[in-house]
Amino acid sequence: MSNNNNDGASAVTSAGTVHSEAGHGSLVVEDLQAWYGRFRAVANLSLTITPRAVTAIIGPSGCGKSTFLRCINRMHEVARGARAAGKVLLDGDDVYAPDADPVQVRRHIGMVFQKPNPFPMMSVYDNVVAGLKLAGVKNRAMLDEVAERSLRRAALWDEVNDKLNNSGAALSGGQQQRLCIARALAMEPQVLLMDEPCSALDPVATSKIEDLIRELRQNYTIVIVTHNMQQAARVSDHTAFLLLDEDRAGRLVEYGPTSQLFTNPQDRRTEDYITGRFG
Amino acid sequence: MDLASSEATRVAQRQGPTPVIGGGTNVGDRIFHLAVLSAAQSVLVLLAALVVLLFIDAKEALGRFGLSFLTTTDWDPVFEKFGTAHFVFGTLVTSLVALVLAAPLAIGTALFLAEYAPRWLREPVAFVIELLAVIPSIIFGLWGFFVLAPIMRGYVEPFLKATVGQVPVLGELFSGPAIGKDLLTAGVVLAIMILPTVMAIAREVVRSVPDTQREGMIGLGATKWETITGAVLPYARSGLVGAVMLGFARAFGETMAVTMVIGNSSNVISASLLTPGYTMASAIANQFTEADKEIYFSAVVAVALVLLLVSVIINGLARLLVWRGAGNVATRR
Ligand SMILES: Nc1ncnc2c1ncn2[C@@H]1O[C@H](COP(=O)(O)OP(=O)(O)OP(=O)(O)O)[C@@H](O)[C@H]1O
Ligand SMILES: [Mg+2]
Repeated sequence: MSNNNNDGASAVTSAGTVHSEAGHGSLVVEDLQAWYGRFRAVANLSLTITPRAVTAIIGPSGCGKSTFLRCINRMHEVARGARAAGKVLLDGDDVYAPDADPVQVRRHIGMVFQKPNPFPMMSVYDNVVAGLKLAGVKNRAMLDEVAERSLRRAALWDEVNDKLNNSGAALSGGQQQRLCIARALAMEPQVLLMDEPCSALDPVATSKIEDLIRELRQNYTIVIVTHNMQQAARVSDHTAFLLLDEDRAGRLVEYGPTSQLFTNPQDRRTEDYITGRFG
Repeated sequence: MDLASSEATRVAQRQGPTPVIGGGTNVGDRIFHLAVLSAAQSVLVLLAALVVLLFIDAKEALGRFGLSFLTTTDWDPVFEKFGTAHFVFGTLVTSLVALVLAAPLAIGTALFLAEYAPRWLREPVAFVIELLAVIPSIIFGLWGFFVLAPIMRGYVEPFLKATVGQVPVLGELFSGPAIGKDLLTAGVVLAIMILPTVMAIAREVVRSVPDTQREGMIGLGATKWETITGAVLPYARSGLVGAVMLGFARAFGETMAVTMVIGNSSNVISASLLTPGYTMASAIANQFTEADKEIYFSAVVAVALVLLLVSVIINGLARLLVWRGAGNVATRR
């Protein structure tokens, strides 16, 4: 259930803690595999994600980028027939440990989806504090404070502070996506996962979100899936390149500092991909 | 005004291409166009003719009694007194009882089927429930008469009287002798009859909630149940209200089964659900063969007219809600 069992020492199993100064948001993925029914979509993936930095995941369509991302906060297993194996250590605690609660994991690892998905029947304000309310926070002053802080961090406050009571669906697409970012930030996560957050947006809205990502990097560990290699080059510090192997499962081909991966790729396939020779 | 001119261009644009599509130069095209057009028109004409004919026959009674036709409870053909308030009351009360019983059950089942049930269980269960909809209403009537009514009289109603009946205000609903053929029993039969309708539509409405809404909630650390109450139900709300209202509209006009279990007596409007009564439909079914005098016949037809109009209005509202609920999906996905 959603309620608190505040005794746990680890970030993953302790509940209800809205502030998360404790962890840095370091992520270590060890030998992760993911299936949809019998089909293995991600194979033996291991990588260490630097805290308070932006890591981009690139690769051709269908290579398992979204699947990998959704494994990090245990969203993958929500899909029918989906399961995952391996380890994802958030500040040293395995989110796949037998006693880890997926509901708690998702509070510490926020997610922003490809299409903006604000809750249309909720106001802007209620959208932002929806997660806190789920966590049992009722103190109005605290909710107000978090709502304003999150909207400011998402660079949306100035545009919506006079329409906090309007429907969350009554904003522009770019505003809706920033609202979804604010909604995730309100939970004070250590990690923010973004799955092609700009693919439904126009260039102006996209560049606003990119600015925001660079801004947020100072306080959050960000993992972003993107199809746009310029975007990966613009916003990320590290880049991971995934590709389908012979049995059609996604594998990590190369992982390193973004500047190095784009200018001096170590793997032939990476070079082919970033120079547009395939994929 | 600017607005007017833009409206004018929009009309012009709309009219511009129409002849090309609708009229066409091809003769076969034109004949087909005329055929479907006249088919559509004749349905409307039929409906209009129905209302007009009902109105012509009902005019005498409506003219003579005016509003008191709807506000008094005297239905006495011998003395040519025709008040229908208790018919209307019976219709509303039985339909409401049906609604209160069926709505939670139907929506609960729809949620179970759409959100929880394993895939192999979904279609079979939905199929069986929807099968209820094809059972002829006379069979529900027979079952209600021979099976349900005795159970209601012997067990359910005495139990309700002994429990809820003792509560101060609420108890009024269950006062008087347990008869078994009364408004409550009619409501229960109606609830079973509207269950498949409400369930089927509610299931569609719940299924049409986009997964991105569910994922948004789950991603914030919601449990399954919180995802349903926080994201699915609010998104589906207007569609669910529409589903329930369509069930209400169906209960409203149901005749045969109700006639067999409602008792068909009493001119009083009382708070107790245990009083036998009439609905508009059951009153018509009971009276029309006996309507020998012209004013009597006219009064029966007037009841039919009222029933028809109210049903059309409720149906229209319900469809609007379902349609708007489904519209969410297109615009807000
Ligand atoms: N719900 C699902 N059920 C079954 N298979 C799925 C499901 N979602 C994805 N897959 C399959 O898993 C593989 C990886 O999909 P994934 O969505 O992770 O790819 P992706 O790299 O994000 O692609 P894209 O760039 O197009 O978004 C694909 O072969 C896809 O068909
Ligand atoms: Mg994807």
